[in-house]
Amino acid sequence: MSTLEIRDLHASVGKKKILHGVNLSISSGEVHAVMGPNGAGKSTLSAVVMGKTGYTVTSGSVLLDGVEMLGIPTWKRASAGLHLVMQYPTEVPGVMLNDVLSEALKGRGRDGDIARLDTLLKTEAGRIHFDEKFLDRPLNVDLSGGEKKRNETLQLSILKPLFVILDELDSGLDVDALRDCARRVMDATSEDSLGALVITHYSRLLTELRPSKIHILVKGQIVKTGGPELADVLERDGYAAFTPAEVAAEADAKDDPMGLNLFP
Amino acid sequence: MPVLTPDSALSLGATWSQVRRSAHERAIAAPFPTIDEETWRYSRIGELDLTTFAIAETPTTITGASSQVTVTQVPASSASVDSSLADLFAQSTSTDLFNSLNLAHMDVVVVSVARGVVASQPIVITHTLNGDGSVYFPRLVIDAAENSEVTVVERFISDDGVRSLVVPVLDARAAQSARVRYLAINELGDKSWQIGEHDSVGERDSDTLLATVALGGDYARVSTAARLRGQGSNTRQVALYFAGGTQMHDFRTLQEHAAPRTTSDLLFKGAVQDTAKSVYTGLIKIHNNAKGSVAYQTNRNLTLSHGAWAESVPNLEIETNDVKCSHASTVGPIDEDQLFYLESRGVNPDVAQRLVVLGFFDEVLAQLPVGNLAAPLRQRVAQKLSIGDRS
Repeated sequence: MSTLEIRDLHASVGKKKILHGVNLSISSGEVHAVMGPNGAGKSTLSAVVMGKTGYTVTSGSVLLDGVEMLGIPTWKRASAGLHLVMQYPTEVPGVMLNDVLSEALKGRGRDGDIARLDTLLKTEAGRIHFDEKFLDRPLNVDLSGGEKKRNETLQLSILKPLFVILDELDSGLDVDALRDCARRVMDATSEDSLGALVITHYSRLLTELRPSKIHILVKGQIVKTGGPELADVLERDGYAAFTPAEVAAEADAKDDPMGLNLFP
Repeated sequence: MPVLTPDSALSLGATWSQVRRSAHERAIAAPFPTIDEETWRYSRIGELDLTTFAIAETPTTITGASSQVTVTQVPASSASVDSSLADLFAQSTSTDLFNSLNLAHMDVVVVSVARGVVASQPIVITHTLNGDGSVYFPRLVIDAAENSEVTVVERFISDDGVRSLVVPVLDARAAQSARVRYLAINELGDKSWQIGEHDSVGERDSDTLLATVALGGDYARVSTAARLRGQGSNTRQVALYFAGGTQMHDFRTLQEHAAPRTTSDLLFKGAVQDTAKSVYTGLIKIHNNAKGSVAYQTNRNLTLSHGAWAESVPNLEIETNDVKCSHASTVGPIDEDQLFYLESRGVNPDVAQRLVVLGFFDEVLAQLPVGNLAAPLRQRVAQKLSIGDRS
C-alpha cells in the first residue's frame, strides 16, 4: 500500500501565485478527482508534482510513501512511481514509442519487460483499441486527439506507476476513446493497485472513471472534499457555489501587487 | 593574390585542353573572396592560404559500376582526352575562383546512363584525401539521358590530423524525365578543409535529389544549386550536418525555377555542439516564366552547447505572382517540452536529449537516396554526440 500526499503546496509561475496551499492524500487503488474551473490551478498542480520547469514551489511537500519528491529531477520521480498523462501530449519527431519505453523500463531495472516489449505493446494496444500501425510512429506525431490519449494510456499500462495524474484526459477525446482509456485506468486500479488523480473540468469523465473522492480546486486551494455526490452538486450549481468569499478575497489580495483591495 | 601559380598548373602534363586553359585564366583573374561578399559572409575564407597547398591527384575508388552505366575516370595527368569529354565542359564558364580552379585541375569521373536505362544499384565513389598539405580537385559529372535513372554516392574521407583541402564539384544533368539521386558524405578528418559545389540542371519532367551528410572537416562548405530548366521538373535538396569541437559547416543553397510548373523542396537540418559553428543561407529564385511553380525551403538548427553558434538566412526572390512558396528557419536549443515529455516517462535527461537529437535528424535520414545508409549514418551521429560524455 502506497500513499501520495500533497501538503500545503504553494507554487507560482513567474511572479503570479497559482497554488495557495493545496492539501490532499491518495492511496493505492483509489481514484480521486480534482475538479475546478479554468484558472483554478489544475494544470499547475500536475506540472509541479511532476517537476516541470517554469514553476516555482514556494512551500509545501509532495511525499511518495513519505519520501519528498520536490527537488528531485522529473525522471527520478517517474522511476519512483509517479506518472503524468498530459492534457496535450507533446509531439517528439523521430523518436519512437518503443525506444522511449525501453529506456524508461531500463531506468526501472525491468529488463524482462524490455525483452517482451513488442508483445506487451500489442496486447495493451488491443485492450484499448489502439491501432497497431500507430506503434511504429514517432511519439504523438500525426496522431488525432483520441489516438494521442490512447497512446498515453498505453504507456501508462506498460510503465505501471504507483500513481498517475490524468490531466484533463477528456479534452480532445471522442466518446469511444474516452471509454477505452477510462476503463483501462479503472482496470489498472484493481489489477495493479494504481492510484489515479483525475484532474478535470467536467463531470462527464467521472461516469467512466469513478472516483471515491472529489476535491474541488478553486483559486489555488481545495475548497471542498467529498464523495462522488459532489459531482452532481457541481453539475447543478456550478463552481460559484464553492467559492467562499474569504477564499476569493484572500486569493484576489495575493494577486494584487499594490495591496489595493478595492473590492473586498 | 594567393592562388595557384600558372606554373604549378601547367606542370601537370600535356593534357591541357582549351577547357582547362581558359578555366585557369579565369581562376587567376578571379579575386580571392572576402567575407564582405554576401556568399562568403560568416565563412572562414580569410584563414585559407592556397599557396600552402600542393596539387595532388585525387585517390579515387569506384564500386557499383555495372553494364547499365558508363563510368569514365580521367585524372588530370591523363595522357589523352577524348574530345567528347572536353565537350561536356564547353558550357562551364563559371567565373567563381574555386569552380574555375577545379575545372583547370580536375580529376574527372563521368557517370552516364543511356536513354531509358534504370541503374539498379548505386555507384559509390570514394575519395581518400590523406596527403598532408595537398589540394584535390575531384569533379563528378552525372549525365542521365532521357527517362533514365541513376543513384550516385560520393564519399570524402581523410584521417584526423591531415591538413588537406578538397575542392569538389558535382555537375548533374537530368535530361527529360530522368531521375538523378546524389548523396555526398563528408567524413573528413578534423584538420581537412572542403570548399565544394553541387550543381544540377533538370530538363522537362525530370526529378533530381541532391543530398548531403556532413560530419567531418575543420571547415567544410558546400554551395548547392538546383536549377529547374524544363517545365514540370522537380528537385529536392536535403542535408544533415553536425559539427562539434571547433568545426564549421557552411551551406549556401539555391533553388532556381526557370520554367513553368516546376517544384523544389529543401530540408536542411543541422546541429552544433561544443564551440562549433554552422551557416545556412538559402535562396529561392523564381523567374517570371515559372508560373504555377511550388517551392519550399526549411532549415532547422539545434544548438547543443552554450558556446556553439548557428546562423540561418533564408531568402526569396520571386518574379511572378502565380507561385506557392514557403520558407521556415529556426535556430535554438532542444525543445524543453519534448525533453520534459520523455523525462516524465522516466528517461534520464542525457538519454532523452540523445533521443531527441537523433529523432530530429531522422527526417533527413529517411529521405537519403540509399536507404540502407541511414542506420550506419545514424550510428555515426550518435557516436559524435557528446551529450552525457562528461564522466
